[in-house]
Amino acid sequence: MELWYTENHTPDVKFSVRVDRHLVSEQSEYQRIDIFESKEFGRFLTLDGYLMLTEKDEYIYHEMITHVPMAVNPDIKNVLVIGAGDGGTVRELTWYDHIEHIDMVEIDEMVVRLCREYIPQTACKLSDPRVDIHYEDGLRFVRRKENEYDLIIVDSTDPFGVGEGLFTKEFYGNCYKALTENGILVNQHESTFYASYAHSMKKAHSRIKSTFPVALVYQAHIPTYPSGHWLFGFASKGFDPRDDLKEEWWNSLGIKTKYYNTILHRGCFAIPNNVRDTLRESGGR
Amino acid sequence: MIFKQSSAPVLEAMQQHLQNRVVPFDVPGHKGGRGNAELTDFLGKQCLKADVNSMKPLDNLCHPVSVIKEAEELAAEAFGAKNAFFMVSGTTGSVQAMIMSACKAGEKLIMPRNVHRSAINALVVNGAVPVYVNPGNNKRLGIPLGMSVNDVQKAIDENPDAKAILVNNPTYYGICSDLKSIVELAHRHNMLVLVDEAHGTHFYFGENMPVSGMAAGADMAAVSMHKTGGSLTQSSILLCGENINADYVRQVINLTQTTSGSYLLISSLDIARKNLALNGKEIYRKAAAFADYARNEINRLGGYYAFGEELIDGKAFFDFDRTKLSVHTRDIGLAGIEVYDILRDEYNIQIEFGDIGNILAIISAGDRALEIERLISSMSEIKRLYAKDKAGMFDHEYINPEVVMPPQAAFYSKKASIPINESSGKICGEFVMCYPPGIPILAPGEKITDEIIRYINYAKEKGCFMTGTQDMKIENINIVKN
Repeated sequence: MELWYTENHTPDVKFSVRVDRHLVSEQSEYQRIDIFESKEFGRFLTLDGYLMLTEKDEYIYHEMITHVPMAVNPDIKNVLVIGAGDGGTVRELTWYDHIEHIDMVEIDEMVVRLCREYIPQTACKLSDPRVDIHYEDGLRFVRRKENEYDLIIVDSTDPFGVGEGLFTKEFYGNCYKALTENGILVNQHESTFYASYAHSMKKAHSRIKSTFPVALVYQAHIPTYPSGHWLFGFASKGFDPRDDLKEEWWNSLGIKTKYYNTILHRGCFAIPNNVRDTLRESGGR
Repeated sequence: MIFKQSSAPVLEAMQQHLQNRVVPFDVPGHKGGRGNAELTDFLGKQCLKADVNSMKPLDNLCHPVSVIKEAEELAAEAFGAKNAFFMVSGTTGSVQAMIMSACKAGEKLIMPRNVHRSAINALVVNGAVPVYVNPGNNKRLGIPLGMSVNDVQKAIDENPDAKAILVNNPTYYGICSDLKSIVELAHRHNMLVLVDEAHGTHFYFGENMPVSGMAAGADMAAVSMHKTGGSLTQSSILLCGENINADYVRQVINLTQTTSGSYLLISSLDIARKNLALNGKEIYRKAAAFADYARNEINRLGGYYAFGEELIDGKAFFDFDRTKLSVHTRDIGLAGIEVYDILRDEYNIQIEFGDIGNILAIISAGDRALEIERLISSMSEIKRLYAKDKAGMFDHEYINPEVVMPPQAAFYSKKASIPINESSGKICGEFVMCYPPGIPILAPGEKITDEIIRYINYAKEKGCFMTGTQDMKIENINIVKN
């Protein structure tokens, strides 16, 4: 028997993983949720058929979306995480003892429930006493906040479907308002290799750029995401992640990572020309 | 009745016709789309195939005897009317057919002045004479309301020879007059009641809605199925009550309506009627819940006022349509049209209209929570980024005009074109309005005043889309020559 999971990265490109077992398949109010087990990637989660994470490479995404901003401002105490139902981002945040409070806003309770049951590797720290989980629309949650968070991490799906509202100008503006004066916004920023992703990436960047004085992108290599080359957005009201890296401080924390380190931190903002060109087209830098 | 609300006679006949693969040697010449590849590619094969002409099995809109007749009977039943006509010239066509059926040249029609241009257009075409009832006015919002029963009574007493009364149910902003009392009053004086329900389709199907024209005992109602009923743009339904000679109404409709009624529009009316009859309650429950939620959230933002049932006063604000999301914006120092433009240009959100002090968003079952959140969050951002002092802003949408001559006489009189800014004191020979909402600022036969000119200039400056004058730049206006 051969059982394969396939995601169309474009109408003309397929990415397939041989599946050992289909662990669960449920339809929530918002999306279809599937968790599979595979030999090569371990367990992996898909939403509406799109691959979100695999046990084998999720650390790259979760370390990069978390430690880059954390190493820039040692005073981050109050964090808002939007999306992130698998728990991986929260897991990384809980390494920092000085974080006092984490609000996690996930629209789909079922994602959290299924990840807790089937993917404890990422969901393991969701019960940390500093974490409050809110099951509601991220746009709605952040609209009501003002000058409250030192860091907002937007760990969203792609900008079609449930995650659509998290790539809009009004959302970025609402985030700006919700951040403190040293606030940082980091988001999942798509990629530029395939045209359909490049288009949403460009639009997202120009919207962030028009809202925040500092708006950069940084990159990571994530084997199971389309093209393998993935981008994150770093926006802030002042901090420049290249100049403001607190290298010694961060290394003194002794956080054990598999991908992120402070040398890579400097390097990940060095992006290839084609990405630079795309950003320039969007009016960014 | 043989047919049930779960059937759709026109749809079923068209499906049968397409299945039969009839060879077309009639119009339309695109022959199921084969003759126009680009159009077919854009609109879709099925759409072009369904674009057929009248023929025996598909009936004829001008003289319905089979499937269209059956579909119209089902619509009449669904809307609680004696007769229903499918209209393919918009609710403009329905409103004009109502007025032209009820009044002849020189006869009087009592109506509020804040009607859609289609109503006054009908007066220009057939020569009936308007007797305007000034709508109530909400000072804070600056918008015209419905008509109070007292004001209608007064108009009837002063014009006992009037033939009919036209009522907006509701206005564009969602405000209703006391329709039941107006119907009783009118019928006591042998006048017909015509209801413009361009924005009230859902009153016939939703729960806890204002009373519909037919339920209130009105004689005719123009229902914009395409606005909130789910049919295609330009399709509409004209309803008639017990006292109306429907065969005469059909003749009046045929004076101006096309003889090539589009089957895309006709079938969309049939299918939309079926859907509303079967699922209307749930559809409008969802829409009202979305609108209620948005109203609460927007009012929490502060600065904006999303108004609703709290303004009901038993008079000119007799009832309110909860599915309308009308928001007063002047207190954040922005004209409604400015918020409307920012929403589209900066946030990719298109709402129904913005005028001097308000915006209106249409909420329907087709919306999703996600889009409602986007609208609210964008308005929060607009307030944060663009709010300014409201000093110097115009505070009303509506100026009571002084009517000097009937619309037809003014429209067909000798006219001269002069700059608008120099036209104060003259009699207007054409329309001037912002579109949307399409309620005339000036109609033919009305006196131009300094206040009206200031209003026009202000609306232009704020970015309202002005229409109506011969001069496409809206710099000059046609006045009646003495």
